[in-house]
Amino acid sequence: MGNITLRNVKKSFGSVVIIPELNLDIEDGEFVVFVGPSGCGKSTLLRLIAGLEDTTSGTISIDGRDVTGEAPAKRKLAMVFQSYALYPHMTVAKNIAFPLKMAGEDKATIEKKVADAARILNLTDYLERRPGQLSGGQRQRVAIGRAIVRQPSAFLFDEPLSNLDAALRGTMRLEISELHYQLKTTMIYVTHDQIEAMTMADKIVVLNAGNIEQVGSPMELYNAPRNLFVAGFIGSPKMNLVTGAPAEKHGAKTIGFRPEHIAISTTEGTWKGTVGVAEHLGSDTFLHVHTDDLGTVNVRASGEMKVSHGDTVWLTPDPNRIYRFDAAGLAI
Amino acid sequence: MARAVTTRTKAINTAVAWTIALVIFFPILYTIITSLKTESEAIAGFNLIPSFTIESYIAVQTQNDYFKPFLNSVILALGSTILALIVAIPAAWAMAFSPTKRTKDILMWMLSTKMMPAVAVLVPIYLIFLRTGLMDTRIGLTVMLMLINLPIVIWMLYTYFREIPGEILEAARMDGASLWNEIVYILTPMAVPGIASTMLLNIILAWNESFWTIQLTTTNAAPLTAFIASFSSPQGLFWAKLSAASTLAIAPILIMGWFSQKQLVRGLTFGAVK
Repeated sequence: MGNITLRNVKKSFGSVVIIPELNLDIEDGEFVVFVGPSGCGKSTLLRLIAGLEDTTSGTISIDGRDVTGEAPAKRKLAMVFQSYALYPHMTVAKNIAFPLKMAGEDKATIEKKVADAARILNLTDYLERRPGQLSGGQRQRVAIGRAIVRQPSAFLFDEPLSNLDAALRGTMRLEISELHYQLKTTMIYVTHDQIEAMTMADKIVVLNAGNIEQVGSPMELYNAPRNLFVAGFIGSPKMNLVTGAPAEKHGAKTIGFRPEHIAISTTEGTWKGTVGVAEHLGSDTFLHVHTDDLGTVNVRASGEMKVSHGDTVWLTPDPNRIYRFDAAGLAI
Repeated sequence: MARAVTTRTKAINTAVAWTIALVIFFPILYTIITSLKTESEAIAGFNLIPSFTIESYIAVQTQNDYFKPFLNSVILALGSTILALIVAIPAAWAMAFSPTKRTKDILMWMLSTKMMPAVAVLVPIYLIFLRTGLMDTRIGLTVMLMLINLPIVIWMLYTYFREIPGEILEAARMDGASLWNEIVYILTPMAVPGIASTMLLNIILAWNESFWTIQLTTTNAAPLTAFIASFSSPQGLFWAKLSAASTLAIAPILIMGWFSQKQLVRGLTFGAVK
């Protein structure tokens, strides 16, 4: 089981408030991603749940049990750190076995569980090596192995992929998602990368300056962002946000439209502009169009789009896909 | 062309390095050479080829027993090092793992005590030793050597402990380790290399310390530094005997240093590259 409930949780360091009072419910078996820009408090929130930081006030409970004052070791959670935090003086096998050893399991059980974990993570051939002799991806797997062996009630991941190169990041993303399907254990995953958040999460928690901006499934956040921050943060390339006259025409302080919800034409349309940089990705073409009315607009066009720098184009937003925000930045 | 330049640069670097190393090592080499000369050869002037006589060594041993000061040196060096570690490990540990705003200041203050010339406190310490009956005792000198090397020991250990990433300790906590298990299975194994090189360096420092060991001893607790000094006596300088005494005094520590080179170099350069 792995229900985690946060009630009025607050964290401050001296007079600096990192997380103002916050409430959050995480259901058993959910893959929850905390996402937000650097310094938004997402890692602190994870460390509060882990017990590595003390809460200033409020309660954290796991499966209905109040663990607010409990030591990390007692919370039955497993954590994968950004730096992997492997024990450099132990072999891979001993690293993975460590939590079992601490739990006082007998030797035969430990051996069996380590072998199982190693098989799941393709580490069988590396069991006798030290972490220093492994590549980044293998170290990451060892860290995950160490987390899965003792069947915790939830896994905590603190930006686990940020030290890997782009290709490996993609592979590991899949592996972690796959692992979640296999284990069906609650996972809480912290990242600043909204692509990781969108692709892996059942539920995304968008954080900004310690506040929860919105909680929802990836598609809910994409289709119905609650405010400007979420609108600008979720989606790649970013949503175009426009203020002034064009927004007032729609009865809003700010309007937003996503790059993929703009029709582009070389002959007619709502706004006229000049193509700046065109990024041809093959499947898609990302255009940066300089317009007189709106400034620079990001447009996602098809891969076949044959325009280049300096061409004149007309842009027309999908009228059903225009997001409107009031003066406070909230969605209308 | 580029390759030729590289080769030449390499050759020059090697030559320079060897020259510097030889210049630094020369006094020790010349001491050993002189110790193998007769007294008349020794005062005759610069000469690199001795007559390979061991008469000075025999003279040194008969005139002044080598074994007792050697034993004193061993006791002082090991004793002061062990004492220093007992005090310094918890101190460095606390400063590395739960630093406060004042930790840096405390470290600087500790180091600042090394900036004062030892002779500045000679009179008070001499008097303290005299009044408390610690003069010329092994215990007194062991404590003294421990105190004078303590700042360096704490600093070295502090830098070592700081190198142990906090996340590894947190990982251990998440893995269910109690504080005791954390110390036994994670911290200690990771800190052992650092403690070992600190220990080696401190043994060498204590072995070679010659100000306090000469000032605060007469015969009972006198280590090898005092043994050497006794050969530059008012009766005149006996270069060959002095050299033989010096060679005997530095031989043990040179041998130990040779066998622990790797640890020592690591200890001295640790934290320099990050």
